[in-house]
Parts: sequence; C-alpha cells; structure tokens
Amino acid sequence: MRLGKSLVASTALALVAASGAFAQTLTIATVNNGDMIRMQGLSNEFTAQTGIELEWVILEENILRQRVTQDIATSGGQFDIMTIGMYEAPIWAERGWLVSLDGLPEEYDIDDILPAMRAGLSFEDSLYAAPFYGESSMVMYRTDLMEAAGMEMPEEPTWDDIAAAAAAMTDRDNNINGICLRGRAGWGENMAFITTVANSFGARWFDEDWNAQLDSPEWLEAVTFYNDLLQNYGPPGAANNGFNENLTLFQQGRCGMWLDATVAASFVTNPSDSTVADSVGFALAPNRDGLDKRANWLWAWALAIPAGTQQEEAAMEFINWATSKDYLELVAEREGWANVPPGSRTSLYETPEYAEVPFADMTLRSINAADPNNPTIDPVPYVGIQFVAIPEWAGIGTAAGQEFSAMVAGQLTPEQALERAQALVTDEMEAAGY
Amino acid sequence: MARSVTTQRKSLNTFIAWTIGLLIFFPILWTILTSFKTEAQAIADPPVWFFFDWTLENYRVVQERSNYNRFLWNSIIIAGGSTILGMIIAIPAAWSMAFVPSRRTKDILLWMLSTKMLPAVGVLYPIYLIFIQLGLLDTRIGLTIVLMLINLPIMVWMLYTYFKEIPGEILEAARMDGAGLKEEILYVLTPMAIPGIASTVLLNIILAWNEAFWTLNLTAARAAPLTAFIASYSSPEGLFYAKLSAASTMAIAPILILGWFSQKQLVRGLTFGAVK
Repeated sequence: MRLGKSLVASTALALVAASGAFAQTLTIATVNNGDMIRMQGLSNEFTAQTGIELEWVILEENILRQRVTQDIATSGGQFDIMTIGMYEAPIWAERGWLVSLDGLPEEYDIDDILPAMRAGLSFEDSLYAAPFYGESSMVMYRTDLMEAAGMEMPEEPTWDDIAAAAAAMTDRDNNINGICLRGRAGWGENMAFITTVANSFGARWFDEDWNAQLDSPEWLEAVTFYNDLLQNYGPPGAANNGFNENLTLFQQGRCGMWLDATVAASFVTNPSDSTVADSVGFALAPNRDGLDKRANWLWAWALAIPAGTQQEEAAMEFINWATSKDYLELVAEREGWANVPPGSRTSLYETPEYAEVPFADMTLRSINAADPNNPTIDPVPYVGIQFVAIPEWAGIGTAAGQEFSAMVAGQLTPEQALERAQALVTDEMEAAGY
Repeated sequence: MARSVTTQRKSLNTFIAWTIGLLIFFPILWTILTSFKTEAQAIADPPVWFFFDWTLENYRVVQERSNYNRFLWNSIIIAGGSTILGMIIAIPAAWSMAFVPSRRTKDILLWMLSTKMLPAVGVLYPIYLIFIQLGLLDTRIGLTIVLMLINLPIMVWMLYTYFKEIPGEILEAARMDGAGLKEEILYVLTPMAIPGIASTVLLNIILAWNEAFWTLNLTAARAAPLTAFIASYSSPEGLFYAKLSAASTMAIAPILILGWFSQKQLVRGLTFGAVK
C-alpha cells in the first residue's frame, strides 16, 4: 500500500501548478544582446519608481521570433512587451497585432527618435515599436594593416577602394584575410548583406509590379563582385560565417576589413575581448563609383506591445522608461557613455560626452545614410533596405540565401545562383498572389 | 592460437568502443572546458585546451542574471511529474496487453507507436490553441501533461516487453492464492518488474528533461524549465560561447549525475526493453 500512497503523493506534488495571479507583473520577451541584458540589470529602477514587477523571457533570436509570432497570431497573451525588429514592425502593425504607441506622453519626445528609425518602425504614420537600439552597417578596418600596406581608407569609400584594400591586406601566410563578410544562409544573415550590395549596384528585388528582378545585369554584377571578394580575399569556409563568426575572426586579428552592423564597433574596440581593440578604424558603407546609393542597412531592435495584452497601460509605461532620454543618461551614469544603446535618439548624438565615443559619429552618419522608404536607385513597391517588408520575405530570403551560400562554397556560379533564386522567388510570389 | 585471436579482437573492440565513447563525449567535455574560460579564450585560435586561467566568472554571471533554481525546480517537477503520471497509466496498460491480450492488442501497440511518427510541430497550433482555451499556457501542469502524453507510447512499449518476459503462471499462482487484480499488480508483478520499471522511469525522466520543443513553445516566464534557461544565453549580436557553456553545464549537471549513478539500469533498459 505504501507504494500506492507515495505514487499518489508524488503525483499530487507534480500537479501543483504555479499559476499565481501576480498583481501588475509585465512579461517581457527579448534577446540576449548586451544592451538588453543591461536593461534587465537596470530595470529594478523602473520597479522602484512604479511598483510594476517585471518577468523576463530571454530567448534565442529565431526561437523568439517563432514564439512571439505564434503567440501574437493566436492571441495567446503570454507577453506584454516583445522585442521585435524593423522587418516585423510594419507587417504586424498592418495586421492589427500591435498597439499603436501614439499614446506615449509628450515628454517622451517622439520627434527626437532618429527619422530613419521612426520611418522603419511606423505604419501609416503611427509608431508601433519604440527603438531600443538601432544600427546601420559600416566598414570596420585594421588601421595597422592599412598603414603597413601604405594605404589609407577614405571616409566614404567606393567598392573599388574596398577591393583594393582587401587585396593589399590579404596575407595568407600569416592567416590574415583581406575581408570578412557574411556567407551563412538566412534572410537576416547573408541576404541582409547581399541585398545592400545589390542596392548599391543599382539592383532591386522587385519592380513596381512585383516582378522579381534577380535576372537583371545589376544583380549579376553585384553578386559576382561579392563572390569575387570572398573567393579572393575572404576567410576559408566563409559560406558558414554569420555575424558572430565574423566578429570572432575580426577580434582574433584574422580580418583586414569587416563590413557589418555598426553595433559591432563597441565589441571590436573592447580590449577585454578583442586583440585588435586599439587599431580599428571606421568608414561609411561603400557605394559603386558613379552611383549615389551606399550599401547601408538599417535595423532596430524595438519594443512593442501586442494587441490583446491585459496590461497595455503598464506596458506603455515601461516602454516610456526603457526608450527615454532619461534611460540613456542612466546607462551613461552607471556604465559609461560607450555602453549607451546607440542609434535611437537624435539628442544622444548631440550630447558632447557621447561625441567622444570613437564610433559615435560614423554610426550616426551610417544610419542617416539609410532610407528604408527609398532603398534602391530605381523605384520599388516595398519598404525595407536589407529586407523586403512583406510576410513572404523570410521564406524567399532564406531560400535565395541558400543559393548564394552555395555559391560562396563554390558549388554554384553567380549566374546559376541568380537563375535559381529568380525562379524560386518568382514561384513563391506567384503562389502568394502578387 | 584461437585464444590469442580472441584477445586481439577483444582489445580491438575495446579500442573502438573507447574511441566512439570519447567522440560522443567530446562535445560535452568541450562545453565543460569552455565554461571555465573567458569569452576571448573561448574563441581563441588555435584553441586552448587545459592550460588557461580557469575562471568561475561565467558561472557567477549566469547565477547573477538568471534564477537558476526556478528553472531547475520547473525541470524537476515537469520531468518527474510527467514520468510518474505516465507510469500510473502505463503500468496497468502494459499489464493488460501483456497478460490479457485481445485480438487487437498488437494493433493498439502499433497505433500508439504511430503517434510518435508525426513531427511535433504538426500539432503545435492545435495544442497551443487548446492550451489558451484551458488556461494552461506557461503552467507546469500543462507541460507535465503534454510531456506525459508524448512519452506514454515509449513507456507502454518498454513495460510491455518487460512484462512479456514474466511467466504468466506466476500471476496465475497468485490468483489461485486469492490475490485480486490490485494485489496481483502491486505485490506480485511490480516487485518482479522493478528493474524494468526503474529503467523505464529513468529513461523517461531523461527524455522529459531534455525535451526542447514543447518546453520552449508552451512556456514563457513562469513554467520555463532548463531548456529555456540554455536558450536564453545564445546571442544574435555578441560573444556568448563561454556563458552559454556555463549555462549548459549547469543544465545538464543534474541529469548527468543521475545518469551516472543509474547507468547499469539504463543500459539494461535500453538493451533489454522495447528498443532491443
């Protein structure tokens, strides 16, 4: 009988469900990026001010995206605030999944948000996600290697300058690659970068009637250029490299140049992780000689409120706190200006102390050079620079990304990769009814 | 002559077994080593093996940032609860299939197994919606039930193959001595099947502990177990390998220790049971 009793007892124990009804607890879903972790650390200030408790759900980026989409699409109501990107914000806003942030108080000073960020996170002139930090892309290069090669990097380089610098810095005997670029397949990985290259070469994903344009000569030129850079001056196995892999290579001193997110600047100049911290220079993302479009992208990690939350007011209060000017000052006071989340507010870049941060100026110039509403030279029917803000993009971007990744791995020529990408994009768009 | 060949074969087998064992164990060893490095050492090229300044910094950071105990407690409840709940259903089910089989028993067994053939994601949305309706999202009871249902076919199959090995005559004898159904299962069958039950329990605790689809998809803050704890240390922008390794080590430590102490039963369960 004892066995029976203990079975019952332990089952009862197992059935104890923790479904406590906490008064005013906000659940916030976010990713494990340095700035978010810092926010989590400082958030007891918010609780002290308002009495609102916070529960943090920190997830891997792709799991977060899947979790949040699934919850929002089913009105699961698991999250009161979610961290989303510039890709999701306009699409979800259009579907009515997000609460408009028009209700933020006047002292929030919504006009202080960088215009490019505000444009990318709005739908029909209403802000639907508040930028927590924003980024563009730029060139990060090794000043010591450039000097040794007797070269100088212009502040506004062209792609020819980049290719020449990559050739000069490549030193295979010493395991130094002239340039590191993203090669790993994914709409947010290699396709983000390749799309910006294409934009700067005068290519576009779709014409005004949503016809795929990957068979255009501009695309071929852009993709061939990208592929040649990686084949001639890139690291071995570049087809598997994403942001973190390239960050690692750069910090180990294995890259002469790295074109990627501006937010990487604070990592590569951090002496505790980077072996090249004191010899990194920055330049704007390149353009093609004679064309007036730089390969800047634009991205923001932003805080949004899902429609259907029971705690809209408290969630608004938190967003007001976490993306305010006061928050930036709080971080500066506690952790120094270099650790302030970048790229969200104009006033930050007007702060004299912040101007002394080595990458501040180039970050702002990069963000200002990006225009999500006019991402290409020829007109396009879509919003978004390194992505196309339509729901189908995640699928077609990733599928096309696999073709280009195979190209970098040497399995396809640029022509073949583009031909396949054109076919699959056309199919997918037709199926989606465009 | 024959003898020396056998010895040679034996040492060859031993060598192969050790090589495979070490290969399989290597990622875990590397994770544990990395958890004691700094982020810079974790990505060092060429890699550093044993001679670095061992640091507990990552464990300190992880402890400071996440409430490990809450994740651990959730894992224990969910893994333990789903296993116990599953056994309560699986033991009588396996008993009836083993000792009073009907014409359809084989079909039922196969049908149960067939539920394992559908990819979990195929029923994600229905279950998610049901969970919303029943208010089970992000609750330990919800996860306990789902994991129990997922592992139930394996439990029944393992127990069934064990029970089949027990001669029915013993149960008949017990019945002749006046034992009712309850006494028969509790006092005759269960004690004889303890090794089988033990290995079934152990295997299912491990399966439930490591389950990373439902536990990530059906939880948010309150019921999240250690799988969510690990997932929170991967970063889209920034170095995280050392801290992720520390979090992983902390998450697998309890189950690794449990597995170490019960390896005899586990091996027996895996080689003797349903998957032999």
